[in-house]
Amino acid sequence: MDFLPALIPVLPLLAFAVIITNGRRLGWSACLVAVGASLTSAVLAALVYSRVLLSHETLAWSFEWVRWGETALRMGVRIDGLGALMLFMVTVVGTLIEIYAIGYMAGDKTFSRFFAFVSLFMAGMLGLVVADNLLLLFVSWEIMGLCSYFLIGFYFHRPSAAAAGIKAFITTRIGDVGLLIGMILLWWTAGTLRFDELLLAVPALAGLGDAHVDLMLTAAALLIFVGTIGKSAQFPLHVWLPDAMEGPTPVSALIHAATMVAAGVFLVARSFILFAQFPAALTVVAWVGGFTALFAALIALTQNDIKRVLAYSTLSQLGYMVMALGLGAYAAGMFHLITHAFFKALLFMGAGAVIHGFHHVQDMRRMGGLWGKMPWTAWTFLVATLAISGIPPLSGFWSKDEILLGAFHESPVLWVAGTFTAFLTAFYMFRLFFMTFTGRQRDGEIHAHESPAVMILPLVVLAVGAALLGIPGSPWMGLWVQHSLDVPAYALAHHHHSNLVMGLSIAVAVAGIALAWLMYAPRPTIQPARVARAMGRLYTLSLNKFHIDEIYAALIINPTRALARGSFRFDLGLIDGAVNGMGWLQRALASLKGLFDKWVVDGIVNLLATIVQALSAVFGLIQTGRVHNYLLLASLGALVIACLTWWNMG
Amino acid sequence: MIPLAPFLVVSAALVAIGVFGALTRRSALGILMSIELIINAAALNLVAFSQHIRTSDAESTAGQMFALFAMAIAAAAAAVGLSIVICIYRNSKTVNVDKIDLMRW
Repeated sequence: MDFLPALIPVLPLLAFAVIITNGRRLGWSACLVAVGASLTSAVLAALVYSRVLLSHETLAWSFEWVRWGETALRMGVRIDGLGALMLFMVTVVGTLIEIYAIGYMAGDKTFSRFFAFVSLFMAGMLGLVVADNLLLLFVSWEIMGLCSYFLIGFYFHRPSAAAAGIKAFITTRIGDVGLLIGMILLWWTAGTLRFDELLLAVPALAGLGDAHVDLMLTAAALLIFVGTIGKSAQFPLHVWLPDAMEGPTPVSALIHAATMVAAGVFLVARSFILFAQFPAALTVVAWVGGFTALFAALIALTQNDIKRVLAYSTLSQLGYMVMALGLGAYAAGMFHLITHAFFKALLFMGAGAVIHGFHHVQDMRRMGGLWGKMPWTAWTFLVATLAISGIPPLSGFWSKDEILLGAFHESPVLWVAGTFTAFLTAFYMFRLFFMTFTGRQRDGEIHAHESPAVMILPLVVLAVGAALLGIPGSPWMGLWVQHSLDVPAYALAHHHHSNLVMGLSIAVAVAGIALAWLMYAPRPTIQPARVARAMGRLYTLSLNKFHIDEIYAALIINPTRALARGSFRFDLGLIDGAVNGMGWLQRALASLKGLFDKWVVDGIVNLLATIVQALSAVFGLIQTGRVHNYLLLASLGALVIACLTWWNMG
Repeated sequence: MIPLAPFLVVSAALVAIGVFGALTRRSALGILMSIELIINAAALNLVAFSQHIRTSDAESTAGQMFALFAMAIAAAAAAVGLSIVICIYRNSKTVNVDKIDLMRW
């Protein structure tokens, strides 16, 4: 039974194998295979979670994979409170997303392929969560990277989708290189990649006080964090995530909520012992997270594409989580990851329902007044919007408040930034909500309709989760979730409850909502256009996402392209020229040799043959086949021999 | 004691007759018979020379033995030759060697 947790990622992997090989035969029923596999995984995850919760033990199972000399590499699963909670979240949210996708993807020609990739994606994420060593984690990490490419570029016949897929793949790959080098450094210094061994090895190494070792481990921690920057889309590698909206909406929900971006945060949590021992690395983590949170929130203010606003809000929320980890508020960060998974999946799927019902229009300026036409979507969306804005008692409030509390005690600057971000979050989320659901529809030509039940059901389940999931983690229940994470002693930051932080957090959220109401309500008191004019350059900066894409294009992409073009020309002109010249020379030589062969060598052979032929024609004359001729010749021969003998004797 | 010369004359005559016969006969059987004459001429020569070189104290029968061997081999050769002729006859309904050129190249 110990290997039971190992089955959790294997089931979706099997589903992937079955669907990808029998896609044509399965047709529509491919979704049943995928949903069945992840539902079973979810049940298993629930069993594992309850067992870990009840016994507070760490489930571990491993086998020896390779051995060389004294060194053995073991592969296996290790599930502590953190892993169990993550497993539960990933399987539940993932299954709901798959059910939703049955409705969303209906009628798509590549229906079965979609479910194959989603299953593989789930397998990657679950493998990452259960992994008991960094190597297996890295493998799963890369599987997810591959699947993100497939899924973001799912509508690959659209050039923009294909480009977005490539962008996501390459950008995250930069982070992956960092992670890989970090792993190598860690193996070199600590000699192990297994988490339970690292827990002992790293403090022992740090205790040596050797400056070189400290430097190596700090570098390893920072490089591992580079992996997180790539995967969790932190500044400066955040550019792929907004473009990832090109994929089908269930994929956006999957990437932004349950899997891909959570993987980066989870990686830091898993290897937190490294960060905890080296405060320099921790500080970097905190500031990158805090900066990303504010930065992304500023961009989200002005976007008009409904999915883009959500994408930047994801960036911002991820920034919160990373900041929490960096501040040592480990449990708060992970708690926020879980609550965020629920309300962000709900937001994306709600947006998907809106887009689906609105004939694939994503521009909010054409929407409006959908409240009456899509009541289910609107209500669930409202729950999620309130949750992300931090209105008690919805889930987002409790987790965000924990993070801000940690920041308040550790770094006042980050606390101010975080609180301001909370204000911005409430504002832009309600801007989105008011623009989409209230007032009258601005583009009257489109007839919006409510989504089918198979899409509504996951929305309702997630809405319940988004509303209530924060309660077990609230101070009312003594931070039960946070304690269930089996937070190691090194990561336990006990912060006293602060009414100031909580009150301010509620106040800014309410202020943000109020401002959004004033600007984007059916009859706005403040004209948004006038605010935009007043802001001037700040507004255009935000609208153009601070020109990060353009800066990358100018600094990295275009020089790389120019280099590639130059190399191509070099290759075409010089290398190919040399090769072709060589080929031409060889051909000329060969034709010379051919002539020699034809006239001289063949001439001798033919001459010999001709001589033999002529001789045979002569000698063939005496071979008549008549016995008499032979007898005559034989007799004459005998006579000649006799004469010669006689002559010799004489 | 008969001198050597008459034997040699008879032997030469036999050879001449044999060669003539072999070259002139059209029938394969005739040719075979002529060849028998040539072989027997050689055998006669062997016996004659054997007797000619005989000394009083050491009698040699080597010539006679050779002659016997030659006759046995001639018989065997004749048997083989006749079988071939019969085979040819079966195939081509003739023993006339002018009509047969199987050994032509």
